[in-house]
Amino acid sequence: MSGQFLHNLLLFGRVLRRLGLDVNPGRMMDLVSALDHIEIGRKPDFFFAARTLLVHEREDLPLFDEAFELFWRKPAEANWTAQWQGLTRRRKKSGPVVTHPPLKEAAPQTNETDSTSAEPMTVIEVTRTYSDREILRHKNFAEMSVEESEAVKQMMSHLLWKVSERRTRRHRPGKGSLIDLRRTLRRSLRSEGEIFSWAYRVPKLKPRPLVVIADISGSMERYTRLLLHFIYGMKAALSQPVEAFVFSTRLTRITRPLQIRDLDLALKNVGDLVNDWAGGTRIGESLKMFNFEWGRRVLGRGAVVLVISDGWDRGDVELLTREMARLKRNCHRLIWLNPLLGAADYEPLTRGIQAALPHIDNFLPVHNLASLEDLAKRLTNLDRRS
Amino acid sequence: MNFTSIDSLQSAMREKHYIAERGLATSLYLALKLNRPLFLEGEAGVGKTEVAKVIASLFDTDLIRLQCYEGLDVHHAVYEWNYTRQMMHIRLLEARGDRASEAELFGPEFLLRRPLLQAIEPSREKPAVLLIDELDRSDDEFEAFLLEVLSDFQITIPEIGTIKASNPPVVVITSNRTREVHDALKRRCLYYWIDYPSFEKELEIVRTQLPDAPAQLARQITGFIQALREMDLYKLPGVAETLDWTTALVALDQKALDPVIVDETLGAVLKYQDDVDKIKGEQTRLILERVNTEVG
Repeated sequence: MSGQFLHNLLLFGRVLRRLGLDVNPGRMMDLVSALDHIEIGRKPDFFFAARTLLVHEREDLPLFDEAFELFWRKPAEANWTAQWQGLTRRRKKSGPVVTHPPLKEAAPQTNETDSTSAEPMTVIEVTRTYSDREILRHKNFAEMSVEESEAVKQMMSHLLWKVSERRTRRHRPGKGSLIDLRRTLRRSLRSEGEIFSWAYRVPKLKPRPLVVIADISGSMERYTRLLLHFIYGMKAALSQPVEAFVFSTRLTRITRPLQIRDLDLALKNVGDLVNDWAGGTRIGESLKMFNFEWGRRVLGRGAVVLVISDGWDRGDVELLTREMARLKRNCHRLIWLNPLLGAADYEPLTRGIQAALPHIDNFLPVHNLASLEDLAKRLTNLDRRS
Repeated sequence: MNFTSIDSLQSAMREKHYIAERGLATSLYLALKLNRPLFLEGEAGVGKTEVAKVIASLFDTDLIRLQCYEGLDVHHAVYEWNYTRQMMHIRLLEARGDRASEAELFGPEFLLRRPLLQAIEPSREKPAVLLIDELDRSDDEFEAFLLEVLSDFQITIPEIGTIKASNPPVVVITSNRTREVHDALKRRCLYYWIDYPSFEKELEIVRTQLPDAPAQLARQITGFIQALREMDLYKLPGVAETLDWTTALVALDQKALDPVIVDETLGAVLKYQDDVDKIKGEQTRLILERVNTEVG
């Protein structure tokens, strides 16, 4: 293998890493040793060898294919640079992104975070007294000033989240009705094989996975920002997998960007990823996309699903009914959170809500902090049907 | 058997009736050369499990299969003590006025060897093929344990000691992606995504697997299945369904597809009632018309 080739190979590895692929030096070493076994001159073999070693997610395959095609082509060709730039723009948005295109309107705005850092005293002022906090707890998210919503975000981060547990197929020693033969025999050896007491085991418990599907369409705009904070906080607080999706006209998975420790950066990345902020609402289509693309992958293990939407649907009602029914069949609990439910005179009359209601286990408000506290309480004891 | 090139592996697989595309053959070839596990993902029924079977038959060696499920633990994957036999043994000795020593009770004759232990048995003359099927069904605890086993092919049993493979097995791991498998495990493996085959490849699979099927029927079936995969269905048919359906139609003595027989046997192809309802009748007729003009 020529030195020049090796140099190019390592450069290729770096390019892939820049594009967001999980390529590490160990893998590059593997690739170098793999090349001993194939004819490098045969481009398809080299391509497949590089791909099988450097990619381990299906989602990354198209990106790799394109990068390979461009990288191992003579740069003399026209518009080569332009194509590279195009590819770089499509990089995976999972990791922390260094540069940002300008933010969309509904995404958390930079100037707002600046305002808090400029006058942090205001925030503390608002949250200090008990009565202030009480008022804030019951104030509708949609009617909050910038200072108030900052204060509420602070209070949100103190909410305790815990989702009720399910029995797994694993066991641990305990007082149950299942005999633990292994321990029974071990114990009996102390008395020369005579069994004086049986050892028992009980199923191990694990918290249920949580899936959040949030509506970010135009009608939900006033709530979106705080609800994203709420989802972020919940994901950070829970130890089990929390999958998050947003939709208005189409569904976007935001689980990966939300994994970042820095909340502001995470929300910025979500903002970059989603193209249909404050658009129209097509709940049925979005849920269908969820059921088809993600249902089988994230609804296993008795998941609890939270759908956050006001139910203003412009799509096909029949489709919505069908997809709600399918979603209900595939999860343990289906909870619909509706910010409008906070209003005293609200009645669930919209077509969307009417279609969805029969399939929902719990229909709850999500318009103020108190309602989130109530949700947190409910999630801890889901198995007591109410 | 020792393969010296990707081509030789590819054609040897073909002789065993497995039609592998170039990419899969390359991954497999490198997995064998680099002694790394091969991680196969793809929709259900595209022939992931089959890959392991073919390798085992190529090397004329044992195929050891570990079917994963939630709660799969060391005692079902690696080893377990045969408690009933141990108890019987104690009673027998007791009857003779003897007593059992612990070392005796936890000796090799009371050990139940589960798949992972079987695969790394030092007494093996040639490496076995270890198929870890549907890893996505197991849980994190098992994945972590598997990662450990795959990194040095040794297992420690407290009562006996460490068992290390003298001939490490060829490992094939499959996943249907009902859950994301942890990156750490995937990083140890060579990765390949098996896609649905093209029309030509699928027809070749049908012909090699079911040589009895009439040529026209095979073409029609393949065309029909390919058309179904372009539709908006909840569960798309895999190659396994293509083969099942062909077998069923051959058993019914069909020479060609017609709308009536398609509707009657659609259950062999589509596994959700919603999907069956969607295709049955009108759609069947339309697809069949299209297929007939395309495949002649």
